[in-house]
Amino acid sequence: MRPTVALYAPAAAPFLAAAFAAVLAWRTAAWASVLAAAATLGSGIALAAHTAHGSTLTSGFLRADALTAYLLIAVGAVATIACWAGVSHLRDELTADATAVGAARRYLVLVQLFLGCMCLAVLADNLGLLWVAVEATTIVTAFLVGHRRTRESVEAAWKYVVLCSVGIAIAFLGTVCVYAAAVATGAHGVTALNWTYLHAHAAELDPDLIRLAAGLVLLGFGTKAGLAPMHSWLPDAHSQAPAPVSALMSGVLLSVAFYAILRYKTMTDIALGPDYTRTLLLIAALASLAVAALLLIAQRDYKRLLAYSSIEHMGLVALGTAVGGRLALASVLLHILGHGLAKAVAFCSAGKILHTVRSPHIDAVRGLASRTPGLAAHFGLAIAALLGMPPFALFSSELGIARAGWAGGLGWAVAAAFVLVLVAFTAVARHTAAMLLGEQPGSPSTGGEPASTAGGGQGWLPLAVGLAAAVALGIWLGPLQRILDAAALIAGGS
Amino acid sequence: MSHDVSSQLLNLACGLFLLTALGVLWRRQVSALVSLLTLQGALLTTIAVLLAAEHHSAAALAVAAGIGILKAGIVPWMLRRVHRLVPDARETRPLVNISASILAAAGLTLLGYAAARPLVAAASSASGRATPVGLAVVLIGFFLAATRQRAISQIIGVLLIDNGIAAVAFLATGGVPLVVELGVSADLALAVLVLQILTNRLHATFGSTDLDELRELHD
Repeated sequence: MRPTVALYAPAAAPFLAAAFAAVLAWRTAAWASVLAAAATLGSGIALAAHTAHGSTLTSGFLRADALTAYLLIAVGAVATIACWAGVSHLRDELTADATAVGAARRYLVLVQLFLGCMCLAVLADNLGLLWVAVEATTIVTAFLVGHRRTRESVEAAWKYVVLCSVGIAIAFLGTVCVYAAAVATGAHGVTALNWTYLHAHAAELDPDLIRLAAGLVLLGFGTKAGLAPMHSWLPDAHSQAPAPVSALMSGVLLSVAFYAILRYKTMTDIALGPDYTRTLLLIAALASLAVAALLLIAQRDYKRLLAYSSIEHMGLVALGTAVGGRLALASVLLHILGHGLAKAVAFCSAGKILHTVRSPHIDAVRGLASRTPGLAAHFGLAIAALLGMPPFALFSSELGIARAGWAGGLGWAVAAAFVLVLVAFTAVARHTAAMLLGEQPGSPSTGGEPASTAGGGQGWLPLAVGLAAAVALGIWLGPLQRILDAAALIAGGS
Repeated sequence: MSHDVSSQLLNLACGLFLLTALGVLWRRQVSALVSLLTLQGALLTTIAVLLAAEHHSAAALAVAAGIGILKAGIVPWMLRRVHRLVPDARETRPLVNISASILAAAGLTLLGYAAARPLVAAASSASGRATPVGLAVVLIGFFLAATRQRAISQIIGVLLIDNGIAAVAFLATGGVPLVVELGVSADLALAVLVLQILTNRLHATFGSTDLDELRELHD
């Protein structure tokens, strides 16, 4: 693939698939969407091959370096799993009459637009366009969150749009401050918000203005990344969206928003020194971990359980970023990919559980291992991956963050964080054990409907592939190691 | 137009811009709020036009025209549609009473002035000194979104925040680049459209647009 093609393909393929989905039959459109996601992954890999040596690729408003390529691989991989699992999700919904064909079509269009916007956000060379793309993800996912039109999902969609619009507006104010600082150094027009220009002139930017901007950007994109205390929309939205959409929102949208913070941080670190952003990120990290750990203990809804687990993992990502340095940042990036894959499998199997049991409550799902062993195995393994068990990727990334934190003199923060991780671990493990192994509820009316589980035949493959990828990443990174190192170097500011 | 007149007009427009935000806090009738928001959109357009004339920039003038169509035309039209389709959206229900809201707004304006200091210091032009007005409107927008009960008042809060940020961008920098402004405006129009549809759905599923009713999801 020619490099410039790979630069345009990640955004173009999903938009094309969205156009197809508007006219084709839903089954064809669903497979086209899998193809578009795979094309995103493929272009990510092609860009990685091109940029792993530290070169960058620019064309128009798009730009790719190793960090972009790595993020595209993460988005593409998670999206492939989610779209692939989405095929059987849609079939289940349509056979159960939970979704009309028109709604299925709208779902497919919106998911592809969502994917396209995320790719654009990652590829944007211009901080203004990065903002526009991230805000666009809120708009296209609003109706995906409110897909079911029940009281719960309409409420979740409202809170999601209002809180994220306000949050992201704060990030725009931060962007305006950066623009003002860049204009003061003599830049004008689109150049003044170009990543390349800002990075090269970061030392000349007015520190007071950049300090203001750094706080606003962290608050704004932090809202979208689900960092406490701006996280309150997340459990509602992630629990109400259809399972494959939850997988995309939890698995990659949070990371894409965090990518914006990573990009800004490399610039603010030069203008202000690392301490200011480090303090803010540490507060956000520990607050997120504390909120997640406390609310996981008494959680009664398994999709909300997964949503709070996402807040916990974003807290760890923020902790690793606060630590900084090559080991910590490489671990953060590995964590993003490992969490994305595991969370995608977890949400997609949770969607199947919801379809089988027809209740979002943990109490209603007891004894899953004896009722539907295949489903229980996938869900259980995905949770094990999220808990950071070896050999899954999150084990090595959490270990890396902890080691780098100790070595970097942030031992107290790492200790506090991992105490909270332990609390979350216990809570999630207890709830999952109850779901998989607990006493099956007495009345047969709540479960034991073999008809609804039979449809899962081909639905397992994407989940198994996702789990296999999460294990493979934990054991051997192979060619990914080079791009991971190069991306960590860029996230570190060089 | 001489430079003096133009800068006095700019100051006047900025002052009125802040006053309309206070008016939004003061009035309860949603139709009055929409009129105030339309006026605020027109004032923002005036600010943009004056700055474009000062810089003799045709592109900036085009941006100003676009802002005018969006903020004084399309967005108020969409709000009036919500108002017409959702019967209980006639009046807002403030959690904080009006006089306390006005007092809070005075405090927020002071905070805006304090927070905008780096922006004022960095701006080279005289218009940069009016930047705190934009920041004050942003803060008033936050206050409105946080203390009002009806869905439509939250939309108005979000719009005030957006107007305030646009004013900051114009006054401190002469406006963000054209392509960014286009993207931001498209996002804003779509966001208001989404919120309008969601307000209708809220009304259809909950029977009201009172945000106190949103209690299905909690831990």
